[in-house]
Amino acid sequence: MGREVSESCVESLLIEMVSSYCNRFYADKPELAARRIEAIGYQVGHQLSERYTMERPRFIDHLEAIKFICKDFWSEIFKKQIDNLKTNHRGTFVLQDNRFRWLSRMSIESSPETTGSSQDGEDKAAQAMSMHLYFPCGIIRGALSNLGIPCAVSADISHLPACSFVIRIKA
Amino acid sequence: AIFASVERVNAELFTLTYGAIVRQLLTDLEEVDEVNKQLDQMGYNIGIRLIDEFLAKSNVTRCVDFRETAEVIAKVGFKMFLGVTASVTNWDADGTCCSIVLEDNPLVDFVELPDTCQGLYYCNILSGVIRGALEMVSMKTEVTWLRDMLRGDDIFELQVKLLKQVPEEYPYKDDE
Repeated sequence: MGREVSESCVESLLIEMVSSYCNRFYADKPELAARRIEAIGYQVGHQLSERYTMERPRFIDHLEAIKFICKDFWSEIFKKQIDNLKTNHRGTFVLQDNRFRWLSRMSIESSPETTGSSQDGEDKAAQAMSMHLYFPCGIIRGALSNLGIPCAVSADISHLPACSFVIRIKA
Repeated sequence: AIFASVERVNAELFTLTYGAIVRQLLTDLEEVDEVNKQLDQMGYNIGIRLIDEFLAKSNVTRCVDFRETAEVIAKVGFKMFLGVTASVTNWDADGTCCSIVLEDNPLVDFVELPDTCQGLYYCNILSGVIRGALEMVSMKTEVTWLRDMLRGDDIFELQVKLLKQVPEEYPYKDDE
């Protein structure tokens, strides 16, 4: 068993990182903030997949690499596997986590700000939440890129608390 | 025991995430001094929230003085969040300034600073957390790094100086 820290260390750090980029460094440029947050995730994913695959043979195809992300990689980070994997067999994969850990606290956090007009509040909450998704998207992209698979990753949270990550592999 | 009672995760994720943040800040903010400042600010913001969790889960009773507070941070606080213990030394005569010493620090696993990062206080987020958390329990402090293993010292040493104890503003009662 490797070294551990409390989960709240990781959560606090992520919340604060996102809030620093969105509210302080690039307050008026949300797309730049998003790109920086994704870049941080990419870095982390790249390094983690390097470490987790050290003693493994090379993956023979994309599906095998994606399965590694769903099982071993996800378990290391979230102590559970991806719940559902779908693919169109043309380079698009959808990974669904039925209860995505990093959002389980977030939904509660963003509610106190929803005091204004409810629509406006909901938009803000949705935007704040989407900012938190750039980091895990970056992690997946970084991990796959380290395995030699360039791709684009986006997230879909229309069925909270489930979260789906859509991976489009670049031909 | 305290560490066994909290939800724990793989430290690699934490360590690498912190490293990636520092690296990105160095790129975006360019100036090392500015990075130090922002890490401290991030820590402060984390500290003012983390104190609630600490008080809720640690079961520590009200500290009688700053000496006890420092011991609690070192023995209970570091253990609860980072899984390591720190020790308290170098008290001044009137008990308002001491050092928290850390020999094992998960933030710096796999870290080596390049020469271009001279002047960077890599772990500055930690000092911010302590400052923020103490401010929430009415203690204004100044927290500075005296020794840093990434700068070639043999340990990490954080000096915590109590500036003033702010009287609590609201006449609320303790529940017990």
